[in-house]
Amino acid sequence: MAGILVYALHDDEGEFNKNSLGAISEAAKLAGELDTEAAVVAVGEVSDEACQALGAYGATKVWRAKAAPEGLAQPIVDVMAKLIEDEGYSYALFGGGLLGFEIGAGLTARLGAGVTMEVTEVKVSDGKLVAVRPVLQDSAVVDVGYVEEPGIIIGRLNAFDATERDGGSAEVAEVEVELSEWSTKAKMVTRGESRGEDVNIEDAELLVGGGRGLGEADNFKLAEELADALGGAVAATRAVVDAGWYPYAAQIGQTGKTVAPRLYLAAGISGAIQHKVGMQSSENILAINKDPNAPIFEFCDLGVVGDLHKILPKLTEAVKAKKGG
Amino acid sequence: LKICCLCKEVPDASVQKRIDDGTKRLDRSGEKNLNPFDTHALEAAMQVKEGESDVEEIVAVTMGPESAVRALHKAVALGADRSVHLTDDALTGSDVCATGYALAKVLEAESPDLVLLGQQSDDGECYTIGAVVADHLKMPSLTQVIKMDVEDGKLRCERQAEYGYDTVEVELPAVISVGDAINEPRYPSLKAIMGAKKKPLDTKSTSDVGIEADRVGEGGSRTAVLAINPPPQKEAGEILEDEDTNETVEKVVAWLEERKLI
Repeated sequence: MAGILVYALHDDEGEFNKNSLGAISEAAKLAGELDTEAAVVAVGEVSDEACQALGAYGATKVWRAKAAPEGLAQPIVDVMAKLIEDEGYSYALFGGGLLGFEIGAGLTARLGAGVTMEVTEVKVSDGKLVAVRPVLQDSAVVDVGYVEEPGIIIGRLNAFDATERDGGSAEVAEVEVELSEWSTKAKMVTRGESRGEDVNIEDAELLVGGGRGLGEADNFKLAEELADALGGAVAATRAVVDAGWYPYAAQIGQTGKTVAPRLYLAAGISGAIQHKVGMQSSENILAINKDPNAPIFEFCDLGVVGDLHKILPKLTEAVKAKKGG
Repeated sequence: LKICCLCKEVPDASVQKRIDDGTKRLDRSGEKNLNPFDTHALEAAMQVKEGESDVEEIVAVTMGPESAVRALHKAVALGADRSVHLTDDALTGSDVCATGYALAKVLEAESPDLVLLGQQSDDGECYTIGAVVADHLKMPSLTQVIKMDVEDGKLRCERQAEYGYDTVEVELPAVISVGDAINEPRYPSLKAIMGAKKKPLDTKSTSDVGIEADRVGEGGSRTAVLAINPPPQKEAGEILEDEDTNETVEKVVAWLEERKLI
């Protein structure tokens, strides 16, 4: 049967992540238009109930491969390549995230299949899927078709919304796969380690995000003081988290959290795609950056070109005065 | 250990990039540079060499038109011992699938113990080439690595994944793509820059490394660009230049108040 196969990622408790549920919803919608079905691949330790529940997002079948560990791409490439070959799936679809890129790329090599990445929309044209992806820092959007099936589609983070529909319970089937020799040569030592203190940014209505433009770790106090004055919290880019300036729990973007506060005040953040995907749904975006060419100025609501070391302290005082008055 | 670093020539970051309407490919004319992410891969290779591991040589490998030689010179100036340039008109228009296959064939001829590359290129396909190459070479692979140590002939790698930091042990030979947080690349010395053109450079065609012609180039690609459109227009925001900071702050506070954010 033709059909769309979706990889669904889960954490160590067996709970599927939101982007995977979005990818399943998208696949179910497309499968409806193509008059076929959407199936899911899940690996490692995950319960019958969790798998069956994916029916609510439109999956008709869940293939479970217990032999493949969750969290590393290559064993999952083995599983998906076998299913695509044995069952004749026409497309493999991935929500945003690092593993989706790796598995999709591995399948491309294994199956000699075309791949598109950072896809924001999928269309149906003449009974085939066409992937839509922004390129060149989002300055153009291209429609990409596949020369033949199977085709691999890797979504951009948060591109596909998770929508529950009236689907019933998904059928769960075990899949036995012999892993490739090279797929077993990478081993997870520790998974999902959170470094630094735990901070909650997802519930904050007002967020001050700090990036490399702050200059050094100590300058995060400028962002903290402003966030305190506003009654909000502080978030950070991947670059500064990797540099050890701020805890991982505050990271927004491709591998961090996704937020949509009423205000996102970006201080010294250039606005690279990897960060943008985690905060672009914010209601109001205010950017302060000294580089007038920073991409963030293309999608903010108010942009200030200037030195944040001069502006932030004065802004903090002004906000305090306004609130006190 | 023999390390191969995959390098890519990309348009300089300051150059306005565009897609050619006729060929539907990225217009790659204009100033070029070595992909900044690849400089982190070279630096990672140099740090392995300068560490306790016995590194026999570091080879920079690229695929691209004649001009890509400049990216190889830069790679050699940054520490590679020699370089390999895969260049052939037959490769023009290759997509990710075809490019990964072609690069894997060049690497196969070199049989490295470790392949390093930058996790993304400034000009296009992101995060994928490393994993495509690895599957062709039947090697384990990890992308977006921000810390890498060689221990007992294995690699101990760290990266950020969906749920936090993962630590992964990878057996050699392996393909590793690195993020920019892994290191601070050094600046090449003047002597290294001057000497770069004297280091050995092999130029290879597709037939030299056994690339099947029907699997590369536009004809061998598995995807086709059907249309190029402008992005959905978002209403442009207001931009202020900070000339008088008191005045700027006043305007920002007014903006916040208007939206009932304070």
